[in-house]
Amino acid sequence: MSIANVLFVDDEVPFVETMTKRLTRRDLEIIPAHSGDEALKRLKEHPGIEVIILDVKMPGMDGIETLREVKRQFPLVEVIMLTGHATVESAIEGMKIGAFDYLMKPSEIEILVAKVTEAAAKKRQHEEKIMQARLKAITTRRA
Amino acid sequence: MALDIIINRLFPERLTRDKYYRSLIRNMVLTIIIVSMVPMILVSSTLYLQFRHSYQEKVDDHLRELVQKHKQNIDNYLQERLTDIRLMTARYGYERLKEEDLLQQNLDLLKEEYEKAFVDLGVVDGHGHQKAYVGPFKLADAYYGDADWFKDASQKDYVISDVFLGLRGLPHFIVAVRSEAAGRPWILRATIDFVAFNALVQNIRIGETGFAYILNRQGKLQTTPFTQTSPPGVIDTSAPQELWKRMPSEGNDVQVFLRRDKTGQDYIYAEASLKNGDWLLVYQQRASDAFVDLNRSFAITTLIMALGAAAVIIMALVLSRRMVMRIAMADEEKHLMDEKVVETGKLASIGELASGVAHEINNPVAIMVEEAGWMGDLLEEEEFQDSKYIDELRRSLAQIKTQGKRCKEITRKLLSFARKTSLSVQDIQVNEMIEEIVGISAQRAKYGMVEITTRLQEGLPFVRVSLSELQQVILNLINNALDAMEKKGGKLTLSTCSKDGFVVVEVADTGAGIPAANLRRIFDPFFTTKAVGKGTGLGLSICYGIIENMGGRIEVQSTVDVGTAISVYIPSVGSEPENAPNEKNQDA
Repeated sequence: MSIANVLFVDDEVPFVETMTKRLTRRDLEIIPAHSGDEALKRLKEHPGIEVIILDVKMPGMDGIETLREVKRQFPLVEVIMLTGHATVESAIEGMKIGAFDYLMKPSEIEILVAKVTEAAAKKRQHEEKIMQARLKAITTRRA
Repeated sequence: MALDIIINRLFPERLTRDKYYRSLIRNMVLTIIIVSMVPMILVSSTLYLQFRHSYQEKVDDHLRELVQKHKQNIDNYLQERLTDIRLMTARYGYERLKEEDLLQQNLDLLKEEYEKAFVDLGVVDGHGHQKAYVGPFKLADAYYGDADWFKDASQKDYVISDVFLGLRGLPHFIVAVRSEAAGRPWILRATIDFVAFNALVQNIRIGETGFAYILNRQGKLQTTPFTQTSPPGVIDTSAPQELWKRMPSEGNDVQVFLRRDKTGQDYIYAEASLKNGDWLLVYQQRASDAFVDLNRSFAITTLIMALGAAAVIIMALVLSRRMVMRIAMADEEKHLMDEKVVETGKLASIGELASGVAHEINNPVAIMVEEAGWMGDLLEEEEFQDSKYIDELRRSLAQIKTQGKRCKEITRKLLSFARKTSLSVQDIQVNEMIEEIVGISAQRAKYGMVEITTRLQEGLPFVRVSLSELQQVILNLINNALDAMEKKGGKLTLSTCSKDGFVVVEVADTGAGIPAANLRRIFDPFFTTKAVGKGTGLGLSICYGIIENMGGRIEVQSTVDVGTAISVYIPSVGSEPENAPNEKNQDA
């Protein structure tokens, strides 16, 4: 049983490959993607994705735009921003839109795993609450 | 050229050495001088020439009238004397006039009438023997047969002789009238008193050098010129011929002209003919004397012109000095501004470049670090545990990780430096900024054998300034300090403290120090002691401008061969409420 289902989005193919290997080794289920568009496609294909690790700086649709789109289509999926340059602004921007947290690249793998675990837990908690709310609604209706 | 020397004296050397300012100064000075002097010269010389012309005419007219009047006087005088004698001749005849009593009676009458005009009377027969004589001299039987006047008189009805000494040895002249008695000619002659006649002419005197005399055809003086004040020989020996040549053709005309004598002195002459052209009445006066008023007004005009010209020249110099100084100052400011813009632009483009490089480097480094991490992960597998190189491999991977982190740190610094090229004002923690800059300068310091130490006071208040500007200032000061220690190495101490509402950053080096003579000039733009091409001389002046704009100040302390400490005072945030009561207390 993996810790979480993670979509890893970065335009640097070797980086994605290595990270996939390393994170898989740490019991994360990794689905790689190399652009914002691809990320959205993968999200549709795999409804089980809980956390997205998203690079801020990408050609084409950049991290912030992708984040916006993800939050619109899949509001419950948690996003961790991975920023290459230390622009606090873009990270803060991401947080405002609804990212779970941000990390600087390259970061310690353990920290990353910890963050993903937190995010997944939060997501599950959210889902739990929603589930309960629905159940409650159904039960009250029946009553 | 004299103007160049004056300009060199009057203007600062940096202006006169510059070709552009030099020609600017010269053009300005010359334009002002020409524009103001030309009308002045034209107007005053026109006025002067007009005045001179009319004044000369006035003098001419005056002299002409004077000479004309005297000519008539003298002519009348002679005419009257002649008429007297002719009347006597006609009235009494030869026989009666031979009687000396009658002659004496007539002489007395004439003397009574004309005071001392007549000296004596004599009756001379056709051969020149004096038949009767009355007068103060004993000339009763004098013989005049050889005298010039007698020869003339035998041909003409009457004669007025030139002045001569004659038998009596005194200057006199004779009026003689010829008549005939019983077919034989006889002559009544009268001697005219020279002194009385002379006075007629001698009295014509104007100014100091103006006098008159009479010349005969031979150029001999007929009157004694008034020579009391004029030096002897004042009458040019070459003059008479020329004067006669110039004699007016018409009997009544007066000729006025200027003539230069042998000594180079200019004289004004006025002449008129007398005695039907036998004599010449000459009036002469030194030109300088005749035109004394004119010369005085010329001198005054010249003096005023000279003073005016001097004033114009001084004004031109002062005015253009002021103007050129102002232009130079404006140019300098513009230059400085240009440099500043260029500097800022340069810094901004360096920032952009740095940010680009940092980005590009960051990704590969991240991949390398992750790959190393992956290798580390794999090394944990059991199959590798027995390898004898396992520790070496782990160490190597750790090293890759460490160096990766170092790269990350460098790119982070580059990025944070580059990102802050915006001029937006923000609250800044000075200590952080200094540590950042020290990080950037560390490499250079290491090569220069300089040890950088920081003594940063904890809990400094924020300063509200543009970060990039402050960075620029501190970086500049550090670079200067490193330059100062370039040769020998040394210690660079960066310290911060809070003082009287200012955050003070002190950059102290143990370098060569600044000589006292240069200390005043280090903030001057373009002042540099570095080799040509090495320094623009702008760094400190830009720093100064930046800090000044922030409302702070820069203080310098330097001792030659010991080192330099530059303190930058930046007003801290919230210093105003702190400061205000202090000031009030001081005022009270």
